[in-house]
Amino acid sequence: MTQHHAETPLAAAHTPSERWREKAHPGPATYAKAAVSLIFLTGVEVVIFYIDPLRSIVIPLFFILSIIKFALVAMFYMHLRYDARLFSWFFVGGILLATSVIVGLIALFKTIFV
Amino acid sequence: MAQAAHAGHAPEHPTSTGLDNRKLLMWIFLGSDCLFFGSLIATYLINYGKSLVGPYPHEILDIPVTSVSTFVLLLSSFMFVLSLAAHTKGDYRAFRVWVLCTVVLGCTFLGFQVFEFQQFVHEGLTPRTNLFGTTFFTLTGFHGAHVTIGVVWLLSLFFLSLRGKLGPDKNLSVDIAGLYWHFVDVVWIVIFTVIYLSGVVAGAKAAGG
Repeated sequence: MTQHHAETPLAAAHTPSERWREKAHPGPATYAKAAVSLIFLTGVEVVIFYIDPLRSIVIPLFFILSIIKFALVAMFYMHLRYDARLFSWFFVGGILLATSVIVGLIALFKTIFV
Repeated sequence: MAQAAHAGHAPEHPTSTGLDNRKLLMWIFLGSDCLFFGSLIATYLINYGKSLVGPYPHEILDIPVTSVSTFVLLLSSFMFVLSLAAHTKGDYRAFRVWVLCTVVLGCTFLGFQVFEFQQFVHEGLTPRTNLFGTTFFTLTGFHGAHVTIGVVWLLSLFFLSLRGKLGPDKNLSVDIAGLYWHFVDVVWIVIFTVIYLSGVVAGAKAAGG
C-alpha cells in the first residue's frame, strides 16, 4: 500500500528534490550574524525612540525595522530561506490574511495612529 | 558551516508533496496563528485612543524594561538555533545546555511580563479599566500563554534528551519545536513595535507631549 503510494505519478512529481527543493541549513556562524543584526536593529529602535527631532517620522521607521527583524528570524532561524517553498507560502499566506484583517478593520473604523 | 544532514527531513512515509506532514502541519498552524494575533492587534489598533479614562499607553508603558525583555526573547531564539545545530551534529550534551539556556531566557521573559502586569495593576490598569487595558492584556496575555506553552515544550525536549529518547531520528521534533519558539519571537517583534514603541510615541503626540 505504502509502496504503491510512493510510485503514483502524483508522488513522483512532488518529490522534495524536484518541486519542493530544500537547501542545507546554516550553521552557528550564520545564526550568530543574524543574532547580532537583530540585537543591533532592536538597539536602533530603542535609540531612535528617544530622539525627539525624529518623532514625526519615527513610527514608519519602527515598522520598517520591525519588518526587517521579522524577516531575519523567519528566513534564518525558521529556515524559510532554506526549506521548501511550500512552507513559505503557508506562512506568508497567514501573514497576508492577518495584514488584510488589520488594514480592513482600520479602514472600517477609520482609526490609525501612524 | 553548512550542515547537509539537516537539509530537508525525509518524511516518515511517502506524501504527495514529498515533505513531512508534521512540519507542514506546523507551518499551517503558524499561518493560522498569524491570523489569530493579527485579529488581536487589529482589535488593539481600532480601539487605540478611545479609552474614556486613564491610564493611557504613553503614561504607563515602560520602554526600557520592555526593551530588555525583547533582547531576552531575541537571545532565546539564538540559543534555540544553537541547540538545533548541536542536535543535528549529534552533540546531545550541548543540545541540552542550549535548550536549558533557552528555557531560562523564556522564563526570564515571562518574569518580566508578570512584573509588568503587576506594575500596571498597581498603577490602576486592569483589563476592566478601559479599552486600552482590555485590548492590551488580551494581546500580551495570549502571547505570554504562547511563551509558557513553548517553555513547557522545550522542557519536555530537555527531559526526553536526558532520558536518551531524543536521538537523531527525532531531529524533526526539535526543528518543529523551534519553529513554534521562533514564531513566538516574531510575534513579539510586532507587538513591541506596534503596542509599545509606536503606541507610546503616538500617545505622547496626541497628548501634546
